[in-house]
Amino acid sequence: MGVEGIGARVTRKEDKRFLTGKGRYTDDMNVPGMKHAYFIRSPHAHARIKGIDMAAAKAMPGVIGILEGKQLKADGIGNLICGWMIHSKDGSPMKMGAWRPLADDTVRYVGDAVAVVVADSLAQARDAAEAVVVDYDVLPAVISSVDTLKPGAPQLHPEAASNLIFDWEIGDGAAADAAIASAAHVTEMEIVNNRLAPNPMEPRAALGIYDEAEDHYTCYTTSQNPHVARLVMSAFYNVAPEHKLRVIAPDVGGGFGSKIYIYPEEIVCLWASKKTGVPVKWTADRTEAFLSDAHGRDHVTKVKMAFDKDHRITGLKVDTIANLGAYMSLFSSVTPTYLHATLFSGQYVIPAIHANVRAVYTNTSPVDAYRGAGRPEATYVLERLMETAARELGVSPAELRRRNFINSFPYQTPVILTYDAGDYAASLDAAMKAADWDGFAARRAESEKRGMKRGIGMSCYIEACGIAPSAAVGSLGAGVGLWESAEVRVNAVGTIEILTGSHSHGQGHETTFAQLVSDRLGVPMDSVSIVHGDTDKVQMGMGTYGSRSGAVGMSAIVKAMEKVEAKAKKIAAHLMEADEADIVIEGGTLKVAGTDKSLPWFQVALAAYTAHNLPAGMEPGLKEGAFYDPSNFTFPAGCYICEVEVDPETGKTEIQQFVAADDFGNIINPMIVEGQVHGGIAQGVGQALLEGVHYDTTTGQLLTASYMDYAMPRADDLPSFKLSHQCTPAPSNPLGIKGCGEAGAIGSPPAVINAITDAIGNNNLTMPATPEKVWAALNAAR
Amino acid sequence: MYATNYHRVSSVDEATRLASANGDAKFVSGGQTLIATMKQRLASPSDLIDLRHIAALKGISVSGRSVTIGAAATHAEVASNAALKAVCPAICKLAGGIGDPHVRHLGTIGGSVANNDPAADYPSAMLALNATIVTSKRSIAADDFFQGLFSTALEDGEIITAIRFEAPEKAGYAKFPNPASRYAMAGVFVARGAGGVRVAVTGAGSDGVFRHQGMESALAGNWSAAALAGVSVDAGSLMSDLHASADYRANLVKVMAKRAIAAAG
Amino acid sequence: MTKVTLTVNGRTVSGDCEDRTLLVHFIRENLALTGTHVGCDTNQCGACVVHMDGKSVKSCSILAVQASGSTITTIEGLAQNGEMHPVQAAFKENHGLQCGFCTPGMVMTAVDMIERHGCKLTEEEVRAGLEGNICRCTGYHNIVKSVLSAADQMAANRQAAE
Repeated sequence: MGVEGIGARVTRKEDKRFLTGKGRYTDDMNVPGMKHAYFIRSPHAHARIKGIDMAAAKAMPGVIGILEGKQLKADGIGNLICGWMIHSKDGSPMKMGAWRPLADDTVRYVGDAVAVVVADSLAQARDAAEAVVVDYDVLPAVISSVDTLKPGAPQLHPEAASNLIFDWEIGDGAAADAAIASAAHVTEMEIVNNRLAPNPMEPRAALGIYDEAEDHYTCYTTSQNPHVARLVMSAFYNVAPEHKLRVIAPDVGGGFGSKIYIYPEEIVCLWASKKTGVPVKWTADRTEAFLSDAHGRDHVTKVKMAFDKDHRITGLKVDTIANLGAYMSLFSSVTPTYLHATLFSGQYVIPAIHANVRAVYTNTSPVDAYRGAGRPEATYVLERLMETAARELGVSPAELRRRNFINSFPYQTPVILTYDAGDYAASLDAAMKAADWDGFAARRAESEKRGMKRGIGMSCYIEACGIAPSAAVGSLGAGVGLWESAEVRVNAVGTIEILTGSHSHGQGHETTFAQLVSDRLGVPMDSVSIVHGDTDKVQMGMGTYGSRSGAVGMSAIVKAMEKVEAKAKKIAAHLMEADEADIVIEGGTLKVAGTDKSLPWFQVALAAYTAHNLPAGMEPGLKEGAFYDPSNFTFPAGCYICEVEVDPETGKTEIQQFVAADDFGNIINPMIVEGQVHGGIAQGVGQALLEGVHYDTTTGQLLTASYMDYAMPRADDLPSFKLSHQCTPAPSNPLGIKGCGEAGAIGSPPAVINAITDAIGNNNLTMPATPEKVWAALNAAR
Repeated sequence: MYATNYHRVSSVDEATRLASANGDAKFVSGGQTLIATMKQRLASPSDLIDLRHIAALKGISVSGRSVTIGAAATHAEVASNAALKAVCPAICKLAGGIGDPHVRHLGTIGGSVANNDPAADYPSAMLALNATIVTSKRSIAADDFFQGLFSTALEDGEIITAIRFEAPEKAGYAKFPNPASRYAMAGVFVARGAGGVRVAVTGAGSDGVFRHQGMESALAGNWSAAALAGVSVDAGSLMSDLHASADYRANLVKVMAKRAIAAAG
Repeated sequence: MTKVTLTVNGRTVSGDCEDRTLLVHFIRENLALTGTHVGCDTNQCGACVVHMDGKSVKSCSILAVQASGSTITTIEGLAQNGEMHPVQAAFKENHGLQCGFCTPGMVMTAVDMIERHGCKLTEEEVRAGLEGNICRCTGYHNIVKSVLSAADQMAANRQAAE
């Protein structure tokens, strides 16, 4: 490992611009003639639009135009779609209701966009928006995913009878039932996974620029996957054909899944730019973000787990209702199905598994993948079950898990996935050692002396990252392939530009990707630059989500690098009159192995471009591209331990220590990987202790629409974390990388809740475990 | 934010004159609540009269145990004033716990008291310290000043110029913050001085800040957390919302009172 | 329209704006200093923190006209002669940022915090001092580490200068 190579803790190349205020985010973009958009949104959870009177508003100062859904429809802009087809167990396709970018007939949640005002200033746009009178016929609304399935519930979409989008299953129901019927012990629970708002600190934004002369559109937007945005806006929304639409996702301030999707606002800004003849910028305020960003989680699950007399798991049966909100967001269907139920084997040998998932419409914001996407929900179910079972069986939670661990690989689970590598006991051992598990009893006694309740809990998670291969996901209903692209452009002076379809919005790709290249060639990282986020520069890509950029994105770079290196070796062999097979690349030179003959990298690059002396028949230049389609998912796994102290007088939980032991396979930059884990844990702890989206269940008003009511984790809510890494390299990609972006958010919520329920002696506790809930649970246990 | 007209004034007289000429005017000092409210379009004053540059409203003076805090003293200034800390550390601690460092650099005691937010910290101190609210027109006893949610004895155009109180023998403040907003979900200020024991509760009352007679009586005879054991806090008069039920708030009021006593020593 | 005059990052600047214009919008739009960010609408996230007359304030919580006449330092004014401020350097060294959006506010807050505490800070004080700044990426772990490390560095610099 060199100082800048794979495995080195290299500080980030991108940091200086962020630290000096020179980052360039979408809202920082200003172009000549640009005007500001303000969206008029439904104040009702469910209503029919009878009419929109915008006459007075149009006459207000600064107003350029006010546009509504009927015009959008007349211009042929299509419905927003869900890009993953799920079939119900009766074979019928999922029931997708129409989602208009601007509602023209019915609004289905508070925040549904109805019209847009374009004005000289944002304040003027908002002033005018208040003067637009939308006449609504208010309809009854339904908020809860359980209520929406009840007879007589308000109906959202004519396409979906009883508000049911699909009723899907996986696994062997009869086998699971049989295991439960013959079990020595059955642990049964009802588990709610609370709805969350993703809250990247940069609110979503879009700048639409229409160039009439060229009939060309440019869209700056806060996207995790600009190419997918372009594809979807072209192919499905009829905004413009791909070659007439450039999408740029510049610096993006966090995403966590919420910036994967194509939302109404970017479509409307592009369309409005053509309609009004001016560039149109929209930036969400935080309240709009709470209303209109896709939320996460919101599952209600009934589950049974069967054990034999030796405490081995024999079966698992899961019944989940997933709330998808008012419309099906881009990947909303896959999140509670293939990203969720395929993880129900966890780290354990479970011979029989059956999961049933019903997805439903409610009059709430759309729900889609949020950091972890289905996997946190599955892990929470499994790891709450394991802890509860251990308590019921009177055995150590660590030993119950250890007894059921999968120990040999590859391992075919009953729910599609084939785990290819792992060492779950190694992470469990490392975590218990780091947490001083054995010293807990003494620490608890010390807490008791101070009148405090101390508890400890663990969680052993597994996740599936780098969803692939494309043919397999296609057969499961995916509307896209899940490969990644890379292009390596070696300049004539030897500097290197890596064009990648991955997109960095905090993950530090400009550093880790450059590290990879530096490691392969032995050239300084400074001579490598990473180009991403612009459809005019990078031909095609699938973007960054699902912890895929290391395993898939970097593997594509490796493939392209191999091609470049092969050509460079040919040139070097020709120039040094050596055998191509004897050329090695190291330390920024191409050497003839076993001799002192060598050529610096830049000289070979120059030779490729001067083309004065190339091998016969070789094309000039040194530039190669690759598309990499993985052969399998990767399976990061680990063990998290949380230790808490609960103040019995107030119910306030304080985390005393949080230990994470993760196996991410090989690691390019430990500093960046640790940062990903820290952030993931904070989001998981946030889910467990603080965060929850709440609606008024009658009116459908969002009660947690700002940081006054939605509790974001702050610095004093969290401890410093203790991290360690175990390593079983992923066999499915050339780098042995598994992915680290979501683990923290997946593994932590059950560890926190297991710790609190241990502390208070009451297992009946829902997330977020607010002080009041913990206080009440403690009192109930007394 | 709706359009508004800004006026910077350098004297209290100028401020009151301007206010009487503009019916929908509001005074702004640190603006840490008002500007936020205006941003949400929940307040729409035609005119904003900025009191931050009036020299007469600034400063903190302590003479013996008599304390005068200028209305424009920021929370950070109150929190860090050495003379004040020497006679009444509890109010410094309270001020040092309002909002966050940035809010404390701008927000003022006068603004907070005039706004009487039911979850603000200062009103409880004013009541428990038996403070006098000095205005451009008169002096008002804290007991008469706070009149329910966001409601005070202030008349139109009347400006708080200073807060006065006699530092008590003992005082303490404890609050339990709302996990989201960090405002007080229950905050209790206790004081024992020449006038006896006073206990004031903020963040919890459905009608805003209030004194708790039961706790005052219990503590009058026995200044200790233990004395509160038998006191009941009536949940019926407390707020209930997304973050805390009235019952839970009632519990918090008692617990915070005990902790305030412990802090007071 | 009212004329607002400020000293920003050492330069006197003026511009016309509506009275209702927030300081943060004046900085971002009139002065084109886009390093100061807006992350919420309830004055809580701290992405907009700047120094006004030497103290950290949320530039979304004050009107530009209120601030007129004051001295402002934004994130763009922190580095001197191309050299990053010790707090900026510590954030880089300790990976105290990911997406970078909250970072300007975090850095400005940290500078103020370290100066107010005379370069002496505990982890608990740092966490409490960050109450007005929300980060969604880092879990604060490396931000806290960065602030503590910067405080040590600034103390050492101060000692060396004495």
